[in-house]
Amino acid sequence: MAFLSKEASLALVQRVHRLIGMKNGVTPHDAPQRRRQRSAPRPGAERFDVIVVGAGPAGSAAALVAARAGLKVLLLERGEYPGSKNVSGAAFYGSAILHELIPNWWEQAPVERHLTRRVLAFMTAETSVAIDFRTTRFAEPPYNGFSILRPRFDRWFADQAVAAGAFLLNAAVVDEVLWEDDQVVGVRVRRDEGDLRADVVIACDGANSFLAKNAGLQREFHAHEMSLGVKEVLALDEATIRERFHLYDNDGLAIEYIGAITEEVSGGGFLYTNRDSLSLGVIGQISSLAEHRRRPYELLETFKRHPSVAPLVRGGRVREYSAHIIPEAGWNMLPKLYTGGMLVAGDAAALCFVAGLYLEGINYAIQSGIAAGETAVAAHRERDFSARSLARYLERLRARYVLTDFANYRHAPGLVNSPRLQNLYPELIAGAAEQVFRVNGGPKRKLLPIALDTLRRANISPIHMLQDAWQAGRSFGW
Amino acid sequence: MVSIPLEERMRTVRFKVDDRPHIVVNAAVCNNCSVRACVYVCPANLFVPLDDGGILFNYEECFECGTCYIACNQEGAIQWSYPRGGYGVTFREA
Repeated sequence: MAFLSKEASLALVQRVHRLIGMKNGVTPHDAPQRRRQRSAPRPGAERFDVIVVGAGPAGSAAALVAARAGLKVLLLERGEYPGSKNVSGAAFYGSAILHELIPNWWEQAPVERHLTRRVLAFMTAETSVAIDFRTTRFAEPPYNGFSILRPRFDRWFADQAVAAGAFLLNAAVVDEVLWEDDQVVGVRVRRDEGDLRADVVIACDGANSFLAKNAGLQREFHAHEMSLGVKEVLALDEATIRERFHLYDNDGLAIEYIGAITEEVSGGGFLYTNRDSLSLGVIGQISSLAEHRRRPYELLETFKRHPSVAPLVRGGRVREYSAHIIPEAGWNMLPKLYTGGMLVAGDAAALCFVAGLYLEGINYAIQSGIAAGETAVAAHRERDFSARSLARYLERLRARYVLTDFANYRHAPGLVNSPRLQNLYPELIAGAAEQVFRVNGGPKRKLLPIALDTLRRANISPIHMLQDAWQAGRSFGW
Repeated sequence: MVSIPLEERMRTVRFKVDDRPHIVVNAAVCNNCSVRACVYVCPANLFVPLDDGGILFNYEECFECGTCYIACNQEGAIQWSYPRGGYGVTFREA
């Protein structure tokens, strides 16, 4: 096991300072150091135990675990600060997982609201039918989930890795890994003499995952596997949020929308309550946006104008607009998760769980980050960084139910993005509900004739219905 | 007002523009493309079709999301990488 000696620590700091001094480097927050250090580093002068690329939830979790075990860890972030390039809804359902790593983390972290209310709404152009779940049981520690703002949360989480001893270098883009024979031995930062060597490289560089592709672990993506999310943070005062969404104190709400909210485009919408703002947006499958020639920000406008959304966002002032892609194909697009000297975690490993009922990613990012960090620590203990040694990453991912969840739900993404589930079924549910609730002087009809009548008018073949029922069953049922 | 035009929405985002473009569009390839998915899918509306059949592209207000190169069905039309460290979009959500 390598421990961080005083000398090693000093060497690390000097090395990183030299990096900062390079002429192509831009570090807005560290400008004074730039003048002090001008000399280029000696190639191969130092070596890190672990280099983590990307200081999102996966990267910070991996860096924290490795640093706590005494390893010399460098955490590289391409943005001005961790979280500055990162976008999610963001509902974070991994509270219990993070609690394992940082007990009572919510007492010190910048969280918005703990989510006690979940709504799943099926939409047509004029109607919505929703499942509305709320429980006081989610208002108790360790809580089930929180709404968060990623630029704040990710920055805090990276700081925890730094407090554990990891070295964070911002404004550092990594374009490729360094090889020796068939072993990854470091990364190339896009600066003069930016080659940095490490026994283990953990790629947590996000959904585009150029590092996993560069190492030959991930293939090029198809447009049907990726969705684009566009989002707005709308400022709204706390009292209005509590009243409008029927919330006590710091309780929060997460709504997910499916159906005509994205018109004919495959996708959905979301709305989360923050402390004094709302995060809302639409998600559209990239192939579907292209096919229907729909602009994402126009869908966002349609969403905000929907009769059941408009009163929720009334009076909100746009604080920030953002966009990010989401790997949606789950099991079917997982890369090879390791090779000699390298592991892949988080969105870079396509570990986003998008399955209608569920819209989760940060929890799997942290789980995979922990698993990768632990794998790196075990590899150092045995001084074996070969692919065979790092293959135990898979066991750890299974033990943390990451791979098992993705395997069990491998049919869900295909079902969720099918046109019938996207538009026809919400239409049918809304139509049937309207018949049940409308009182117009005619006879009161029982549920079965309403259901049969709805299906007949929908003109859907019984074979397709059965196929979908089977798909839904094997996706979510068993 | 909750409903705002894209230009106004883009003004809420902070960009530190690099003088070197991180995305290069090969106009010769675009001239032969009839699909033009990039024009529709880009969340910042950075791809504008021209009368002569080409595409006008501006990298400066790019979210670095990657949607354009994933949607593009023309080989070699979009050369895509991240901007240099510290440049590009900086989200704040505040």
